Amino acid sequence: MNVPAAWYLVLAAVLFGIGAFGVLTRRSALIMFMCIELMLNAVNLTFVTFSRTLSDISGQAIVFFVMVVAAAEVTVGLGIVVAVFRRRSSTSVDELSELKG
Amino acid sequence: MIAGTYAIPGILVFVTSAVLILVGAIGVITLKNPVHSALSLIMTLFGVAVAFIAQEADFLAAVQIIVYAGAIVVLFLFVIMFLGVDRRDHVSVEPLVGQRAFAAVGVVVTVAGLITLMARSHWVTGAMSVSTGGTRLAGADGNVRQLGTAVFTTYLYAFEATAALLIIAVVGAVLLARRERANQEDDQTSQEVSS
Amino acid sequence: MATVATLIPLFALLGFALILASGRRMSERTIGVVGTTAIAASFVASVVVFVELLGRSNRQVTVHLFDWISVGTLHVPAALLVDPLSITMCLFVTGISTLIHLYSTGYMHAEKDYRKFFTYLNLFVFSMLVLVLANNLVLTFVGWEGVGVCSYWLVSYYFDRDSAASAGKKAFIYNRVGDIGLMIAMFLLFSRTHTLTYVGVFAHTGLLTPTVATLTVLALLLGATGKSAQIPLFNWLPDAMEGPTPVSALIHAATMVTAGVFLLVRMSPVLTLSSSGRMTIAVIGGVTAFVAATIATSQKDIKKVLAFSTVSQIGYMVLAVGVGAYGAAIFLMIAHAFFKALLFLGSGSVIHSLNGEQDMRKMGALARFLPWTFPTFLIGWLTISGIPPLAGFWSKGDILANAYDHSKPLWLLGVVTAILTAYYMTRLFVLTFRGNERFREVTHGHDPHESPWVMTLPLVVLAVCSVLGGVIDLPWIHHDSLAAFLAPTFGYVVPGAHEGTALQLSLALIDVAAALIGILASFSIWRNIVESKRYEKSFLEHVWRWDDFYDATIGRPLTAAATFTNDVVEPEVIDGAVTGVAVAVRRSGDGLRKVQSGFVRHYALATILGVAVMVVYLVARVV
Repeated sequence: MNVPAAWYLVLAAVLFGIGAFGVLTRRSALIMFMCIELMLNAVNLTFVTFSRTLSDISGQAIVFFVMVVAAAEVTVGLGIVVAVFRRRSSTSVDELSELKG
Repeated sequence: MIAGTYAIPGILVFVTSAVLILVGAIGVITLKNPVHSALSLIMTLFGVAVAFIAQEADFLAAVQIIVYAGAIVVLFLFVIMFLGVDRRDHVSVEPLVGQRAFAAVGVVVTVAGLITLMARSHWVTGAMSVSTGGTRLAGADGNVRQLGTAVFTTYLYAFEATAALLIIAVVGAVLLARRERANQEDDQTSQEVSS
Repeated sequence: MATVATLIPLFALLGFALILASGRRMSERTIGVVGTTAIAASFVASVVVFVELLGRSNRQVTVHLFDWISVGTLHVPAALLVDPLSITMCLFVTGISTLIHLYSTGYMHAEKDYRKFFTYLNLFVFSMLVLVLANNLVLTFVGWEGVGVCSYWLVSYYFDRDSAASAGKKAFIYNRVGDIGLMIAMFLLFSRTHTLTYVGVFAHTGLLTPTVATLTVLALLLGATGKSAQIPLFNWLPDAMEGPTPVSALIHAATMVTAGVFLLVRMSPVLTLSSSGRMTIAVIGGVTAFVAATIATSQKDIKKVLAFSTVSQIGYMVLAVGVGAYGAAIFLMIAHAFFKALLFLGSGSVIHSLNGEQDMRKMGALARFLPWTFPTFLIGWLTISGIPPLAGFWSKGDILANAYDHSKPLWLLGVVTAILTAYYMTRLFVLTFRGNERFREVTHGHDPHESPWVMTLPLVVLAVCSVLGGVIDLPWIHHDSLAAFLAPTFGYVVPGAHEGTALQLSLALIDVAAALIGILASFSIWRNIVESKRYEKSFLEHVWRWDDFYDATIGRPLTAAATFTNDVVEPEVIDGAVTGVAVAVRRSGDGLRKVQSGFVRHYALATILGVAVMVVYLVARVV
């Protein structure tokens, strides 16, 4: 029997929420990145679910591109983290607060 | 399709993927050691791959494992090890006042709202994309061919753009990770470049 | 006629222009000659026009010079109205002005700024002539303001004296307050009759409701009190004595101060519409006459006595206007011009002989040193006291007889004032010319010297006029008298007052008795003493504390308000508002800045909360 698409959508939403909470709560830049990956995955799951329900390959194509972009983003992002870490020897984002008003 | 061939109940697949996803996600956000978090992330990614297969996205499931779990998380681990931050992070103390409470509220409201909205709109109300006119997910030649056709014809521009993006990302990453030239001897620089 | 009439003010203007443009090239003598000749020429022109007017049956000639203001329904020409009233005014204004110009050439000899004096004096005569000859209220107002300005300049002639400068300002400011009245009257009249020419307004008096008419009359009265120094705007005139004596004689005795009375007389057709207005005028006149006379009894400066005397006499004129005796008012105006100018010029002669001393306590026994000044002054004294058959008796008697008809209380007030007039003038006369010599220290032991002929000749002429002046309006002559001549101007024939009756005779006797009582009382008191606490009350000497009253009720509150505005409102409210805006902006900026905490997680939280809000909104729409 087929599980209704709704369940997967709810699952994706919950995953998104968990990822968002993690971004807001964790201090380490690397963990934050991982949580962002969680959110991206939730979105991918949603797209794929819709793609299947609507019988449209476009959803999967989009997910394909999302993954590419996610890879690029992680590359550059980790490069930035490395560059920042060299200066400060800490990955806590709370310490990068010089741009305050 | 794998699901159809083996007639595994869909619900079993769903529960499996759900458990993997949720446990992994919670692990990512709560574990103190970054390496442990990365490993939890892998678990989540596997769960998502299973869900992909259940949704007849075979190629994407494979790509998920290869690229996400296989490359991106590995990259994460490389950086963790490289920077030497595999120490424990202090999770118990929250220096920013009220951050957790507000974050919880915001997240819960958002998720609940999203679910409500989806429920209200009968879960699936989207229209099929105009350009493809509702292509089946797996034609006579399988899912890969369908996806490939879509990517290389309908979404060709996006494909080229993402290709360029990848190159830019690589160049950017190399540049960012370079050590500074200041306080360096010329011969040491040339030694580094040549190596 | 038109040309000659235009020449009347034009000669004066020419004199002004010549002296002004001459720079330093004219000698003192030339300036004096030019100035006096210009006014004399105006006088001759006035006489010519007068004679011509007599020969006409229609004695109302409009001389149109040019169109001046033409805006919408407002048409104000620059035009002259030659009629009995205006030509009478021209005659005595130019005549007395000529005499005073002549006198000034002697009095102001070797003053610095001699040229300035004659420039302003000629300009003054020009303005006064414009005032009386104008055929509409606006041109009259131009002359009105012109005389006010010249008065200010001439009073502050010795401008390096603080008291003189303040006196000039005081005169001008009081005049200005009165001018509001004249302007309001113009507005009221124009709003109803849509014209401001005298002929036009008088033709449309039917358009004025009683209320408007009364308001107009009261407004005109306000203007008149300012210019003619009546209550409540009279206390500038004594201060104006800071100016040189010829100025006091011309402006503040004979001409400018009569402008208010002239205006009221000119507007008589409007006055007849409001009995309450006229009653107010009469009361103001009577009360002013009385109050000023009481003040004059206690002044120690010779010119101040004469100044208050002027206020008092003009009070009589205003009283006459109030009871409708316009002819009598003009009669007294002319007679007063003669004897008051005489008295002022005579006092100038006295002051001149004593090297500038004006305090009567330092005079005395001057009779034998001033052979020309003394007799002429004596005639002036008798005239103002009301001794028959001098001009003062006839003119004052005329007014009192008319007052008796309308209001016994006012008549009684007038009689009491007449007694006081005789009293204080006798006091002045005795203290100055009789008694013991008290002036030796002022003249450094020398004898006082008589004035030169340029100063004594006008005195003689004016004395003759004072003696014979009554002729123009003797009570039993009707056809060729002043009243008959002026009657057409007023639009109705002024009724003669009880001619030939016993009442008329008894009133005349009462007038004479009043004069004699005042003179004798004064002689007996002042023959032997110079100062007296009993007879010179400080309250009277200080003008019934009028200046202090105005200072306390108007001056101080306004100054306090101004100081308050400057010290409190300006820095705190106005500046405060401006700086307050800046401060508020800065503070709000400081507050808002705290949103930028620098923590990435705060920004992320803001993003999530924003999303939450949007989601809630969408859910609320759907649910």
